[in-house]
Amino acid sequence: MVKLKEALDSCQEELFLPGNSCCAGCGLEIALRWAMKALGPNTALVTPASCLNVVIGLWPKTAPNFPFTNMAFAAAAAAATGMEAAFKAKAYRFPNKGWDNITSLVFAGDGGTADIGIQGLSGAAERNSNILYVCYDNEAYMNTGIQRSSSTPHGAFTTTTTKGKERYKKNLPGILAAHEIPYVATCSISEPLDLYDKFKKAKSIKGCKYIHILAPCPPGWGYQSEESIEVARLAVKTGSWILYEVENGIMTLSKKSKSLLDSSKRAPLVDYLSKQKRFSQISEKDLIELKEHIEHNWERINIELSCQEQYPK
Amino acid sequence: MVEVQKDFIQEKETKIIKGNVAAAYAAKSARVQVISAYPITPQTTVVEKLSEFSDNGEMPGTQYIKVESEHSVFAAVIGASKAGTRTFTATAGQGIFYAHEMIHWAAGARLPIVVAIASRGPAPPWNIWADFTDVISQRDTGWMSSFCASHQEIYDEILMSYKVCEDHEILLPKFIAYGGFILSHTSKPVIIEDQELVDRFLPSLPSEEGWPHIWMDPKRPMMFGNLIMPSGFYYEFRMKIHDAFIRAKEKVKSVAKEFEQMFGRSYGNGLIQEYKMDDAKVGVVIYGDLALQMEQAVEDLREEGYKVGMIKLRHFRPFPVEDIINSVKKVETIGVIDRATAFGSQTGGPVSCEVKSALHEIKEAPNVLPIINGLGGREVSLEQQKNQLKMLVKLNETGELPKDIIHGTLWDGLLEVE
Repeated sequence: MVKLKEALDSCQEELFLPGNSCCAGCGLEIALRWAMKALGPNTALVTPASCLNVVIGLWPKTAPNFPFTNMAFAAAAAAATGMEAAFKAKAYRFPNKGWDNITSLVFAGDGGTADIGIQGLSGAAERNSNILYVCYDNEAYMNTGIQRSSSTPHGAFTTTTTKGKERYKKNLPGILAAHEIPYVATCSISEPLDLYDKFKKAKSIKGCKYIHILAPCPPGWGYQSEESIEVARLAVKTGSWILYEVENGIMTLSKKSKSLLDSSKRAPLVDYLSKQKRFSQISEKDLIELKEHIEHNWERINIELSCQEQYPK
Repeated sequence: MVEVQKDFIQEKETKIIKGNVAAAYAAKSARVQVISAYPITPQTTVVEKLSEFSDNGEMPGTQYIKVESEHSVFAAVIGASKAGTRTFTATAGQGIFYAHEMIHWAAGARLPIVVAIASRGPAPPWNIWADFTDVISQRDTGWMSSFCASHQEIYDEILMSYKVCEDHEILLPKFIAYGGFILSHTSKPVIIEDQELVDRFLPSLPSEEGWPHIWMDPKRPMMFGNLIMPSGFYYEFRMKIHDAFIRAKEKVKSVAKEFEQMFGRSYGNGLIQEYKMDDAKVGVVIYGDLALQMEQAVEDLREEGYKVGMIKLRHFRPFPVEDIINSVKKVETIGVIDRATAFGSQTGGPVSCEVKSALHEIKEAPNVLPIINGLGGREVSLEQQKNQLKMLVKLNETGELPKDIIHGTLWDGLLEVE
C-alpha cells in the first residue's frame, strides 16, 4: 500500500474544491476527493441524478475542477461510454494530443447504480467499455430524503421502510464481478490509502472497472457528522463491509479485511449499529438475520478464496 | 484482419437499396464519428448496414457502440456529442418512447444529433408498420423533425440536416422520419454522392475544441447541466431553444437551395414542396411516403380535368407556418392528411391541428377538412387518394361533407363493422 506521506506528496492538488454544498461529514465528499487525488486532472466525470448532482454547486457555481457533466438517472454508464468513444474518435482525428489518455469516470449513488442504473451499467460491463464506474454507496436515496434502495441493509430504517428493511443489501460488486470485467474493488472512506491504491490501479487498466465505496451519510444514517470515519471504520471492522479486489477474476481480500475471515477477529456488530439511529429500532429477529447475512457473505468469500487456490496457476 | 481504409471512399454511384440502407449510406457520407445503436423493427437494417461498413473498415476512426437499449443509445450519443463529435443513430416507435427522457436531454443540451426514424405505430396492440405518431409524439422535446417521401430523400435529408443542425446559430437535434416498411424495406435507385462533393457541402467535422457551447476537455474544465434555481437562466435557455427553431426555418431554406445547386435535386423550399398548386382550387397537405403516391393521384386527376394540387409538408418542427399560409391560401378547400394521431385534440390529427392553428387569423382562409388514414400501416391505395381529392372537389363545389365524418374529421378507410 502507498505510504501516507507519498500519497499526500503526490496529490497536493485538490480537484474537488471547497465551497461545495456537501453536508458536514459527507462520505461522498471524502470519496470523491481521494478518488480524484489518485486519478488526477486528466479525468472526465459523468454523474447521474444523485446527491453529487446537487452538492457540486448551483449553476453557475461549480466545485469540481475537472470536466464534469450531469446526466439523467439511468444514463450514466452509457453516457460515459459515448464520451469515451468520442475521445477515441478525437484521438483518431487529432493524434498525439492526449485524447486517448483521458479517464472516463462515472460517480453514481447506490440508487443510480443498483436500481435505476443497473441496466446501463450491465450493458457497459458486458461490452467492457473503457470506463471507470464508481458507486458511492450511502445505502439509500439520500438526495430525495432517505428512501430505501436495493443497497439498503436489512433492518435499516428509511422513510419507506418505517419498520426496518425486510430484504437484504444487493451484492452489486458481486454482480459486476460476474460480468467478468477486468477489475472490481470495494473501498471504504475510512481507508483512504487503500482507496487511493485501488483507483491508481483502476486507472491503469483498460476496459470496464467498477469500484464500490461505502460512503456513510450523517443525516441519513443518524450519527454526528464528526463520526463519519469512525462509522465507516466500524463497518469494516465488524465485517459488515468487506474490502476486496477482483482482478481478472481473482479475488484478494484487502489488508483491513483479511484477518476478519476469522469471525472471532471481527468487532461486535452492535458496535457499528448502535452508532446509527437508522438501526435504533431494529428488532431482535432482524438483528439475528442481519448477523447471519453478514456471516453468509463471509462464507461465500471463504468458498471463493478456497476455490481459487485450486485454479490452475 | 480487415484492412482499414485510410479515409472514407465513395464515388458517385446509383445503388438500388432499401430506405434503411440509404440512411446508413447518408451517415457514412456525413463521416459520422460516433454511432450508437440498438435494433428495433423496422429500423434494424440501418444498424446492420452501419455494422458492415464499420467492420469492413470503411469508416476509419468511427466508433460504433452497440448498447443494450434505446435509453442508452441516446445517452451514448449525448455523451459523444457533448465531447464534440458528429453522431448518428436510428430508431423507431417504442424505441423513441423508451428514450423520451434522453430526447429531452439532447435538446436541452443543444446537441446537433441527427437520428433516422423508420416510423411505426405505437403499441398496444403491437404494430410495426408505417405511422408517424412515434416521431410526432416527440413534438415538444425541442427536436427538429422532418418527413421523407422517397428513398433518395432519406439520403439527401440526412445530409441537409447535419448542415442545419450543426450551424452554430441553430444547434438543435433532429429526427428524419420515413414510413416503416414502405420506405425502410423496399428498394429503389438512390444516388450516393461523391465523398469529396459531400465534404464540400457539409460543415467540416467539429474542431478539436468541439461545439462552441459545450465540451468535455481536461484542458478546459467546465461543468454542464447542474441544478439551476428558478431565478437562474433556465427560463431564458428555454426561450432560446424556441428562438433557434424559428431561426432554423431560414436555415432549412438556404440549405435546401445550396443542396439543389450542388446536387441538382430540389425539395421545394426545404420546409414545404408544392405540386401543381398555382392554379389549383382544391389541395391537400400531406407528408411522408403517402405524399409520393399523392403526386400520382394529383397527376391523374389533372388529366381528368380537376384543378387539384398538393403541398408536401417536409418539416413538422419547426412548423412552416408562413409557408403553409401562403400556399394554402391559393386554394378554396384544403384537406390535411395525417398518418398519425393526436388524441383529444381539435381534429384528432396532429398536422391538421397545426394547419388550422396557422390559418386561425387569416381572413378568407380556405375550408379545412382534416383527414386521417393509413394508421398502423393500413394500406392507402392510389384509388383511395384519388377519391379523397374528388371528395374535396365535391366539398368545394357543393359544400357537401363526406358521410362518414367523425367529430369533424374524415377517418378514411376504416373497416366497416356492424
